[in-house]
Amino acid sequence: MHKRHEQVIVAKSLGKRFTRAHEDVRALAGFNLSVAPGQVTGLIGPDGAGKTTFMRLCAGLLTPTSGELQVLGLDTVQQTLEVQGLIGYMPQRFGLYEDLSVRENMDLFANLHGVPPAERPARYQRLMEMSGMEPFGKRLAGKLSGGMKQKLGLMCTLVRSPRLLLLDEPTVGVDPVSRRELWQIVYRLVEEDGVSVLLSTAYLDEAERCAEVALIHRGAILGQAGPAHFRSQMQGRTWLLRSRAMSRRRLQMQLLKVPEVLDALGQGPAVRVVGREGISLDQQQFPGLEDLVMEPTAPRFEDFFLAALRDKAEHDAAVPAAMSLEMGQAAPRPATAATSKQTQFSDSSTDADSAIIRADKLVRRFGSFVAVDQVSFQVGRGEIFGLLGANGAGKTTTFRMLCGLLPISSGSCTVAGVNLRSAASAARAKIGYMAQKFSLYGNLSVMHNLRFFSSAYGLSGKRRSERIQWALNSFALSPFAHVSSQMLPLGYKQRLALAVALMHGPEVLFLDEPTSGVDPLARREFWQQINQVAEQGVTVLITTHFMEEAEYCDRLVIMAEGRVLAEGTPEFMKKEYGGKDGAAEASMEDAFIGLIKMHQETEAQA
Amino acid sequence: MKPGRMMRLGGLVRKEWLQVIRDPSSLAIALVLPLVLLFIFGYGVSLDAKNVPLAIVIEKSGDKSNAFAASFFNSPYFQPRLMSSIQEAEELMKRAQVQGIVWLRDNFDADYLSRSSPPIGVIVNGVDANTARLVDGYIQGIWFGWLERQLEVRGESLKPPLQLEQRIWYNPEVRSTDYLVPGVVAVVMTLIGSLLTALVIAREWERGTMETLLVTRISVFELLAGKLIPYFVLGMAGFFISLAMSYFLFAVPIRGSLILLLAVSALFLLVALGMGLAISTVFRSQFVAALVSLVVTFLPAFLLSGFIFDIRSMPLIIQAITRLIAARYYVSMLQTLFLVGNVGSILLINSLYLLAMALFFLGLTYLKTGKQLD
Repeated sequence: MHKRHEQVIVAKSLGKRFTRAHEDVRALAGFNLSVAPGQVTGLIGPDGAGKTTFMRLCAGLLTPTSGELQVLGLDTVQQTLEVQGLIGYMPQRFGLYEDLSVRENMDLFANLHGVPPAERPARYQRLMEMSGMEPFGKRLAGKLSGGMKQKLGLMCTLVRSPRLLLLDEPTVGVDPVSRRELWQIVYRLVEEDGVSVLLSTAYLDEAERCAEVALIHRGAILGQAGPAHFRSQMQGRTWLLRSRAMSRRRLQMQLLKVPEVLDALGQGPAVRVVGREGISLDQQQFPGLEDLVMEPTAPRFEDFFLAALRDKAEHDAAVPAAMSLEMGQAAPRPATAATSKQTQFSDSSTDADSAIIRADKLVRRFGSFVAVDQVSFQVGRGEIFGLLGANGAGKTTTFRMLCGLLPISSGSCTVAGVNLRSAASAARAKIGYMAQKFSLYGNLSVMHNLRFFSSAYGLSGKRRSERIQWALNSFALSPFAHVSSQMLPLGYKQRLALAVALMHGPEVLFLDEPTSGVDPLARREFWQQINQVAEQGVTVLITTHFMEEAEYCDRLVIMAEGRVLAEGTPEFMKKEYGGKDGAAEASMEDAFIGLIKMHQETEAQA
Repeated sequence: MKPGRMMRLGGLVRKEWLQVIRDPSSLAIALVLPLVLLFIFGYGVSLDAKNVPLAIVIEKSGDKSNAFAASFFNSPYFQPRLMSSIQEAEELMKRAQVQGIVWLRDNFDADYLSRSSPPIGVIVNGVDANTARLVDGYIQGIWFGWLERQLEVRGESLKPPLQLEQRIWYNPEVRSTDYLVPGVVAVVMTLIGSLLTALVIAREWERGTMETLLVTRISVFELLAGKLIPYFVLGMAGFFISLAMSYFLFAVPIRGSLILLLAVSALFLLVALGMGLAISTVFRSQFVAALVSLVVTFLPAFLLSGFIFDIRSMPLIIQAITRLIAARYYVSMLQTLFLVGNVGSILLINSLYLLAMALFFLGLTYLKTGKQLD
């Protein structure tokens, strides 16, 4: 029988190679990991690090190229069916049958896993109660929200009690409320049933919820320990910096230029700084910032992650830059020296106080469905303004109306002084738009993309070559000018997409979920680019479902079900809706959940 | 039997069935498509020439020329228009308003009376070769008929040295419907069998459900049987609809055994399902699979099965290609069973071909469906 102390997964110098498009891809190499029973182990790393490959190897869906892999003491290649009989595996995209109801999906998986009919009612009852899905038994899976689908996926995986549960990025794209619920289900399984869980995630804050964390990078494990251990390694390297004389954003950009600073991020009114290893920061290192207030702050797991990967990236950067074209590569810090050039994006940045975007009671209906309901807000010139909400909250629809891509059902909207209902094309000349899936021509080189888009925007002659030069310089794209854009690392693709959206010198830049599916490091670098753009007078509107990104905005609205629930600065949101009375600092996620709960309560009363 | 197999298979079949019922497009392919295709081919498409517009040019009206023209008006095959100049008729032919011209010169009556065999000019529009041949034949038939009557009036008879005793077997009325409809049944079965299943495995890959299925204890056999069973039932439903329509609506006789008809149709359906599943397994994308199945199953069933175009009149190389087309064997058996009867030799050899193809495609699918992702 099962021995409690036995490790549930043991991988010894595991390797896995694929051949994709005639190229040999090394997904895992020299991968060593052992997963302890009866707890949640997190497999954390950027996209393309090999998380999904390892999960699939454990589930017997792939055969290792080299090395050894034992799951629950069984060999995954020789005893595949036995392993599959004992584990529960939830792939990243759990394949629910969307034209089947919740109950029918569960029945299907109960049949496939051979759950005796007599045991089902009790099991279903427990799963329904854990997930709060009871009222939705007859609803078609396709009509569930993203979070509920994910919960149903977990329920289908759990129709019979597995000894080991493999969860591959179960929380990606899930709204914060459902994300918390998913975690509660996982904890209950561990506590009540003694299930062992291996969970992969790209959300760094989820590391803190695991008993043990394994950091994976480029197909190998960088380290394995409790999250507290990782945190403690960063002790003394994190500070909060504040200056009255300088805006937070400008301070952040200044700090990033200091060689001792590894990372600087906006947090509330302050800038959170991570210093390089073995270096102590003090005021003297920042000449010209006399009123700088510096206080140490507790390190977080992500600080370690960042430091570990960035160190690695900088070691690798000794190799010529063009060599680092591999997926999941943490790009070296961009040459933000472009700030010194202070290219003027827009020459009409004089009236900084007046609103550049005014949305007044915007409504958009699709048939009888109201996608956007009476949305009003104003955005000041040079602001970074965020639209935060779960999938389906109406962010993208609002965006498309503001860009003149979608007609407005009722209400009014002006962008840069132009009314979108009467002169949408005039307004379009003043805006830049970067769509969720950035529209680049993958088989054209960076240079050709820039040339094509600049002529599409009507630039020609000297102005065109100036803008192309500007794009290459300010986004550090020069070394890649002749590389075809599909070969670029994700972070550089993003820069190119951003450069393209800015070719015609727009006053307003719209970014629709620019960071979804991007790993934490590339995401941060992208935000530095955005800060730079905003610093030069361009107004930035951005949608995101990453809660921590909301912190980087000057102001934001939180949306749900097509309506604006709240508008204000991140500090205001956290204080007002975070629900923690000054004792501990509330996170943006707390604020979001608090606000959604309040909204649901008022809905219920009405 | 492996433990739990019935439970897993039952679950899969039930799931597939629910998906079919809830997806109007697959029901439409299985049940509405046979109706539409049979209506089009039963009523709309006819390879017989009827009501062919024909110009009759009579340059100088006379008793004999009028009598000759009148026999065209009595024929169901023609819709004649009388005119007096060949130029006018040629113009109409150019504009495709008439399919042929019968041209009686101004000396027709005079020559006839002086017994010097007046010529009848016949011009047929050869653009549509098939219709041209038919029109040519009909005109000749009318001419012979008229000639015979003329001789009878004179008290003579046309006595050729040899007499042709002509019978047409199996389809005495030479109705094209009778041989088109069995062919349509084959096309419908190909479409239901391969188009529906070409979508279903690719759909599992596209929607990510395959990965979820593969980690359960399900075997490849169960996975494929779970797909085959529901679509087999659906395909047979389509077959019964086609059969009922052929018999009751289009009055196509069924001279062979109904049991044999069912048996060979079930066999052919297995081949079609096998092709669909094989395509779906190899391509893993619904869009590509649908296109491929149209090109490699539906079009050949239409063009190369002998359903419209006789295989023996094709060039040798095309004839060789038709040997690879499953529908060809089925069409041959259908036409035999509907119109001729139980011809053991035809049924046996064609069934053997179909059986081999069914084993090939299902076997290929079985081998290509691994329980692994790479």
